Amino acid sequence: MRSESQAAPATQAGPDNAGPRLIKIAILAMGGEGGGVLADWLVSLAEQHGHLAQTTSVPGVAQRTGATIYYVEMFPAVAAQQAGQAPVMALMPMPGDVDVVLASELMEAGRAVQRGLVTPQRTTLVTSTHRVYAIAEKTAMGDGRADSAALLDLARGAARRFVGFDMAQAAEASGSVISAVLFGALAATGELPFTRAQFEATIEQGGVGVAASLRAFAAAFDRAGSVGGPEAASAVLGAHASATPPQVPAAVPAPLPRATEPAVQALIDRAARAHADDAQTLELVLEGLRRSIDYQDLAYAGLYLDRLDTVRAAARGAASQVATTVLLGEVARHLALWMSWEDTIRVADLKTRDSRFARVRGEVRAGADQVLAIQEYLHPRLQEIAETMPAPLGRWLLASGTPRRWVERLAARGRVVETSSLRGYLMLAAVASLRRWRRSTLRYSLENARIEAWLADLRAVAPADAALAVEIARCQRLVKGYGDTHARGWRNFETLRATWCGSSRTAPALLAELREAALADEHGRALQAALRRHGLAA
Amino acid sequence: MAERSFVEEVRKLRLGEGEVFHGEGILAVTKALLESGVAYVSGYQGAPISHLMDVLADAQDILAEHGIHFEHSASEATAAATLAASVNYPLRGACTFKSTVGTNVASDALANLASGGVTGGALIIVGEDYGEGSSIMQERSHAFAMKSQIWLLDPRPNLPSIVKAVKDGFELSEASHTPVMLQLRIRACHVHGQFVTSANQRPAFTLREAMEQPRRDTSRIVLPPASFLHEKEKIQQRWPAAVRFIQERGLNEFFDAAPGGFDDVGIVVQGGHYNTLLRVLERVGLADVFGRSRVPLYVMNVTYPLVDDEVLRFCRGKRAVLMVEEGQPNYLEQNVAAILRAGGCDAVLHGKDVLPVAGEYTAAEVLGGVRAFLERHGRLPPQALAAPHSGPIELPAGATVHARPPGFCTGCPERPIFTAMKLVERELGEHHVSADIGCHLFSILPPFNLGNTTMGYGLGTAGAAALNVPASKRAISVMGDGGFWHNGLTSGIANAVFNRSDNLTVVVDNSYTSATGGQDILSSKAVNPTRSTGHAIESAVRGVGVQWVRTVTHTYDLAQMKAALKEALTTRERGPKVIVAQSECMLNRQRREKPLQRQRAAAGERVVRERFGVDPDTCTGDHSCIRLSGCPSLTVKPNPDPLRTDPVAAVVDSCVGCGLCGEVSHAAVLCPSFYKARIVSNPTRGDRWREALRGRVIGWLQRRAAARRARYAF
Repeated sequence: MRSESQAAPATQAGPDNAGPRLIKIAILAMGGEGGGVLADWLVSLAEQHGHLAQTTSVPGVAQRTGATIYYVEMFPAVAAQQAGQAPVMALMPMPGDVDVVLASELMEAGRAVQRGLVTPQRTTLVTSTHRVYAIAEKTAMGDGRADSAALLDLARGAARRFVGFDMAQAAEASGSVISAVLFGALAATGELPFTRAQFEATIEQGGVGVAASLRAFAAAFDRAGSVGGPEAASAVLGAHASATPPQVPAAVPAPLPRATEPAVQALIDRAARAHADDAQTLELVLEGLRRSIDYQDLAYAGLYLDRLDTVRAAARGAASQVATTVLLGEVARHLALWMSWEDTIRVADLKTRDSRFARVRGEVRAGADQVLAIQEYLHPRLQEIAETMPAPLGRWLLASGTPRRWVERLAARGRVVETSSLRGYLMLAAVASLRRWRRSTLRYSLENARIEAWLADLRAVAPADAALAVEIARCQRLVKGYGDTHARGWRNFETLRATWCGSSRTAPALLAELREAALADEHGRALQAALRRHGLAA
Repeated sequence: MAERSFVEEVRKLRLGEGEVFHGEGILAVTKALLESGVAYVSGYQGAPISHLMDVLADAQDILAEHGIHFEHSASEATAAATLAASVNYPLRGACTFKSTVGTNVASDALANLASGGVTGGALIIVGEDYGEGSSIMQERSHAFAMKSQIWLLDPRPNLPSIVKAVKDGFELSEASHTPVMLQLRIRACHVHGQFVTSANQRPAFTLREAMEQPRRDTSRIVLPPASFLHEKEKIQQRWPAAVRFIQERGLNEFFDAAPGGFDDVGIVVQGGHYNTLLRVLERVGLADVFGRSRVPLYVMNVTYPLVDDEVLRFCRGKRAVLMVEEGQPNYLEQNVAAILRAGGCDAVLHGKDVLPVAGEYTAAEVLGGVRAFLERHGRLPPQALAAPHSGPIELPAGATVHARPPGFCTGCPERPIFTAMKLVERELGEHHVSADIGCHLFSILPPFNLGNTTMGYGLGTAGAAALNVPASKRAISVMGDGGFWHNGLTSGIANAVFNRSDNLTVVVDNSYTSATGGQDILSSKAVNPTRSTGHAIESAVRGVGVQWVRTVTHTYDLAQMKAALKEALTTRERGPKVIVAQSECMLNRQRREKPLQRQRAAAGERVVRERFGVDPDTCTGDHSCIRLSGCPSLTVKPNPDPLRTDPVAAVVDSCVGCGLCGEVSHAAVLCPSFYKARIVSNPTRGDRWREALRGRVIGWLQRRAAARRARYAF
């Protein structure tokens, strides 16, 4: 499809074909990102150095965080003088007729390609490779993010020349904004007939945040100079990919970690023996061990391995070796997650750790000379309070009349707890210390029963249909969050469980489809529709 | 205080004879008004003409020097009616607004003005918000010019042409005793260019003279029999006068074919599309970069009325002519067709048969049309050059480009109003929501998805007027403070009182007309040296007879906001309910506060900065918080947990600490992951002492716990 528009510039033949050409630059940015500043810089750069320049924009409502486009054209003044006429400059870019596209974000670069502004014969694309997620990506109940690698491939493939790196990070490092970084990267491409000093003088004349802008400019100039070539561009891709978490652990077997505590080492060795043939699963199992020790204690980690063993034993007879391998990995992951449900004890524990205090300090950029206070927004309800109690007491409270109402009233409003104060810290630390009694809590008995039922299902299904067992294991992903979110997730899980516990065999693909439907909206409409479509609900 | 400060630009208004002005199109218009000796300017802000208003607001001293009166009109109707000063007196006046919405509002006054005619030049500058980025319905201002017989200028989109159009417009208005409309498309308003300035002129006749020596002429007032005579006068005197002036002054432009060109086909174009057309001709190899076209062109810088003689002169002897006319209906093409038919000219007329009937004439669309026209008449070889796609290109699988609709800014005080409505919806079910015009209309988009209709500025409440019968639910209307003062107080609130409505109106009171650039209005809290502010919306609402009024002074207080909404929707009290939801526009607030905070911190004063954050280890990646907020600062990031795959919520550093995240997690019982950080710069001794004490105790406990964890770590 794209090739049609790409054909255009090659056959460009006007009366002035040999004469001086207009330089055409499109800037794609999001409202409030400084795209206007960049356009103004380009105009004053051009005007001060022997060029006529024009810029236009369509700010309107897009100024409020929407996608917007600025368009700049420039032309040598001397050529206009010789002709005795000013050039006619356009007010909007024409697809296939743009020399330079500057994009402040990766999806905006994708949008420029989609609009036909970036063409392989013509266009130098200078873009940041970071993502500012669109609302549709952010509101998804699971993972709604677009594939950054695919966008990057698209952008690189569409341009004659591609310069891309994480400019948000570069801007942050120099205490400036993306527009200054883009300006520096553009200068480094040499696509415009101006020197570095002329670019920098333009920033200086702007007069606002000059020092930081110049720092950002210089950093970008150096960086862009080194990422111009095609090999460098793939280096950019590599860097980008590694920024995402290691969701699939490395296939190369890592050396077995060593623990100082012999009891821990025994657990590691046991896991290593059980999963000696599968490095990927072993990585996950070790992570699960780490999680269960961190969550509870060594015995709990032992329980994790015991449970895993029962599934492994059950799956041994399965026909498909591949599905069995996948199954063990998925169970290792989801069992560890389920066994570390987020109860009040866990939350209090995580919130009071020194590593967390340090992380917050870094995240909010509090300097050493600044005092930092951290306040938590907590809202434990009757349910969470009862579930933290010893099981019989918790059950009694939930079933009681007056005491229940009394606690409900007490928990009607959320609380703000200042963890950085003595009072707040000691309170949360006290809740965290309930960890040693966790096994007696109501929540423990509830979750334990659920986990056992899920494992029983897995053991029952795995021998005959490992692929379905994989999908059942993955359904743990539905049960997450707190309060109503958790309740909704559990409801969905039970709805799906009814399908695999039903009399007829459930196809793995169907279960996967239903799981995605359950994550499609909060109201369960997509799930209901999917169930109806497959004749599973009225 | 407007969103942008124009102190720099104001200086450009002082440029004298023969200097070069560099700047935006709409500012060039402002300068041209001064050069034309305008006596008064009125207007209502809105893209793309807000900057004209903002510059004049910042240029009070220059206006005073020149004896020019400038008004922020209450509405476009007010702005247009202001031109009445030019009916009896030789005063040049201009009004400006966004079109077509503003022209709709102004049309009553414009019709009356056009009927009686004017003595002094009256110029209506309309900023056309059409096509990409537009926030309004897609219509043509052309229809207003035709129905009221107001002359319409559509100059070429470069600064010298625009400035000339302003000056020509006043003269044309005076020569034909008719108001003149100057139409500027959004890109032309925002185009940066240059023109050579002239000296500013003081008005020859002053408003003061008019007030002190009033003149009247009954024949200029719209009442029979004068109104019948006006209609004839328009046709018999004013129209011919206008056509004469347009011809004598050569307002429309003829471009003969450049060497090597041809004369048998030609293109007629609205002035505003000249640059796009020339770019297209350059692309197909029929023009050079300086606009020398091998195809003859007739550029209509005046698109109403058409000059029959000129049209015939251009078309005679040609086999075919293309009319490039954006928007529909195709008034110009119809008119040209009638002229050719009546004039016995047999040139074939093309227009919307080769160009799109509706929609913006982008370069790609015009290229397609021009190519088709020239190919059909043998002036371009068929398909030598494929037309670029006018629509989006199909992307390879995997590469997704999501829409990025506008939304509420970081920390916007309007967001919690809709969060509260979402939460109330969970309890009371969905309600009919009548939306209005303003930033709050973003509620119709994700993540809120609230709002059923929008009927125009200030018409939120009016839009729910019919939904006024006994029912188990009430309709909710939303109205901004801008719309409220524009007309909502009468068309919405007073109407609801009079018709005994039982519905709820939420008036979003953020102290500015924020969507148009943060201009002051009656209820603004800021002290404005040239305007009277501080008039409470609640007083106005009570003044027209509303009994049930609640003012929420801090919209971020979700519990309070929710309670007010719930009460309004469930109370047994009859009659209209009004909630005035107040909190200052965050964009304006940050613009004012941020530099002050920096100054204070630099001066060694104790400064507290607040922002929110999310603990990634307790966030489970459900994103409910985002679905109830949509704040640009609240986003997602990769999950640091190797076991989890769903991204976690994250607050980025642009957070202004408005508090909504915390309120949402409390009110919706979401999750314990949000924290608020208070960062104290230049802490006092007390701060430091407390910090040290806490650090010792908490630090000891933390180190003990960390040591235990380290023992089992691997």
